[in-house]
Amino acid sequence: MSKALNIIKDRALTYRQKVINLAREAENSINVLNINKEVQEYRDEGIICDLFEGNAPYRPRYIVPDYEKFMENGSEFLGLNPPKNIWEAVNNLLILYKHVPSITSFPVYIGNIDYLLEPFINDEEEAYKAIKIFLTHIDRTITDSFCHGNIGPEETKAGRLILRAEKELQNSIPNITLKYSTATSDDFALEAINTALVIAKPSFANHEMFKEEFGEKYGIVSCYNGLPIGGGSYTLVRLNLAGLAKKAKDEEDFLNNVLPDAVKRMISYIDERVRFLVDESGFFESSFLVSEGLICRDNFTAMFGMFGLAECVNHFINSERQVDRFGHSVRANDLGHTIISSLEKEVNKYNNPYCKFSEGKYLLHAQVGIDTDYCISPGCRIPIGEEPEIHEHIIQAARFHKFFPSGVGDIFNFDSTVKNNPQYILDIIKGAFSHKMRYFSLYSTDCDVIRITGYLVKRSEMEKLDSGKQVLRDTVILGLGAVKNSRILERKVRKND
Amino acid sequence: MSVLHNPETINICNNCAACIKSCPYNALNKNYDKVIWNKNACRNCDKCLKVCPSNSSPKTRAMSVEDVVREINKVKAFISGITVSGGECTLQHEFVTALFKEVKKMGLTTFLDTNGFIPLWDKKELICVMDMAMIDVKSYDLKEHIWLTGKGNKNVLENVRYLSSIKKLYEVRTVIVPEILDNYYNVDKINKLIVSLNQDIRYKIIKYRPLGVRTELLESCVPSDEMMNELLKIANKNGCKNVIVV
Repeated sequence: MSKALNIIKDRALTYRQKVINLAREAENSINVLNINKEVQEYRDEGIICDLFEGNAPYRPRYIVPDYEKFMENGSEFLGLNPPKNIWEAVNNLLILYKHVPSITSFPVYIGNIDYLLEPFINDEEEAYKAIKIFLTHIDRTITDSFCHGNIGPEETKAGRLILRAEKELQNSIPNITLKYSTATSDDFALEAINTALVIAKPSFANHEMFKEEFGEKYGIVSCYNGLPIGGGSYTLVRLNLAGLAKKAKDEEDFLNNVLPDAVKRMISYIDERVRFLVDESGFFESSFLVSEGLICRDNFTAMFGMFGLAECVNHFINSERQVDRFGHSVRANDLGHTIISSLEKEVNKYNNPYCKFSEGKYLLHAQVGIDTDYCISPGCRIPIGEEPEIHEHIIQAARFHKFFPSGVGDIFNFDSTVKNNPQYILDIIKGAFSHKMRYFSLYSTDCDVIRITGYLVKRSEMEKLDSGKQVLRDTVILGLGAVKNSRILERKVRKND
Repeated sequence: MSVLHNPETINICNNCAACIKSCPYNALNKNYDKVIWNKNACRNCDKCLKVCPSNSSPKTRAMSVEDVVREINKVKAFISGITVSGGECTLQHEFVTALFKEVKKMGLTTFLDTNGFIPLWDKKELICVMDMAMIDVKSYDLKEHIWLTGKGNKNVLENVRYLSSIKKLYEVRTVIVPEILDNYYNVDKINKLIVSLNQDIRYKIIKYRPLGVRTELLESCVPSDEMMNELLKIANKNGCKNVIVV
């Protein structure tokens, strides 16, 4: 029990962080999953990793409640009537958020918050006060940056007020995505860009692309994961392509033997996690979210994550010359494309009847990495420090985006002088989406809030933690680790010159 | 000799080769009588520009309209248009006209960034394919303008009036150089001129920054924020609706 005792005595953890860590410790003290030798071998080597989901899945990793339904019906279990005004609306939502489980125990999706609040906006200044209280409450109580709200695609009064409040409050939580499409006005998109240049959010999601795959009812949750509303994802397990590459004799061996075998091991592990959660944990038989129809098992799927494509490709390319490497040479980029196509093909060979929403298939996810990854790039991203010019970067990255409905994205760091010309960025986003880029994040060199890999953290809070002080938000710990191990602060600066 | 910034853009390289020895990265060589610049070896330390006796740069290459169009095509999806600047791009107005014609076909906008010295009112072909222009008005005072640039400002002001009359004046800029120029007078007068033409034309007041400037010829400093604010107030008071300070 020394680990539990260490948590109890840790002076850098808040009370709440201790409770969550102790719960994790308790879960991990039992072994209920049937994990075969091959899977365990890859887990031990860090090639298969479940991202700290715990030993006994008792709640889905990503829950995407149907908040529209909640606003219409209220909740019997929570004893809430449908809201009649803006104050009741934000209060009801804030109450429900406390009851949406996840791996971190904080909700990863809080709804299309502009559309949810729009019907209650009469007096705009009163609504602005309510929205500021709403957002501040979220930032101080859902102390985890994987909490994600959506706005758009259409401009609303509520959407404008949310952007205005975010700019004023400068909170790192919640993460926000603008679902962007031709239905989004340029004016609203420019306001979103102006906001992102101050607080690194919202990011832009290619609404047309997501709509084709999920229909209108999808949410962007956690880092940037596209998932169906009224459902979500049971689990996310990731495959380390950088580590896996070293097991192969050559490219051919990798594509023909090592990769298919690794996919088989991954699927067996994901299947087992889904089995325990659905068949044994009793979650779907006991949660009021299910009985009140806010989520339904039929809308769930599971995510097959990958990361380290760049290092995997560069392992086979075996050249230190920048022009030959991933992100730069045609050969390296094509090899990356071949690997991801093969991965998709292999994953689609399997079927899990509990993933009804995705017709038995697991959805691919370009995982953004964790704080302890050392020099392995997120998903299919080009390594920091090796980024090409932005137009080449976008065209290269966009080739991979179509494979990952449940999440992929790139981050661009703009020089602060760009604030004078937000149209420059809107032109880039329009171009990127016409090239089928799925998800575009931006921030500016002088923001305190910055995007680490998918989530947001304040530089000032990382400095505080680094000096041994407590911080309210748990993701600051992850951010600091990523900054130290993955050169997050050295992203190429993009200028309009 | 001009004291203005980027003096290397004044003349075309005469292949005197004085720069070759100055390069610490061996990026400059002589091939027959020509100075050859190796872009990949160059680290942009600009030592070659400092030693150039003729206000020129070895870091250039000749491009045809097709060459430029090929470069634009690579970024076409990510931009709404192009701006041609310099040096002074109107010195090559025939090239710019040919380029703009091609760029218009690509569905992009065409902007010109000029010091306004060359008359534009008689360049009908260029004006026809140019969407908008940005003009530097460095000084409103004739003598000061001559002292600073070696040329008068009559054409500059006439171009401002002309472009405004055909609704193709996007922006006028003035660089603020403390101790050297009569900045308050200039901003006030230039701004009044703009307001008399069209108060929606953007007026940009730019802080002098000693980058790419021959500091031995121009002893100035970056203007303070207070000074820039005072100038902004003058422009606003004159009724200019679109003033920005950078």
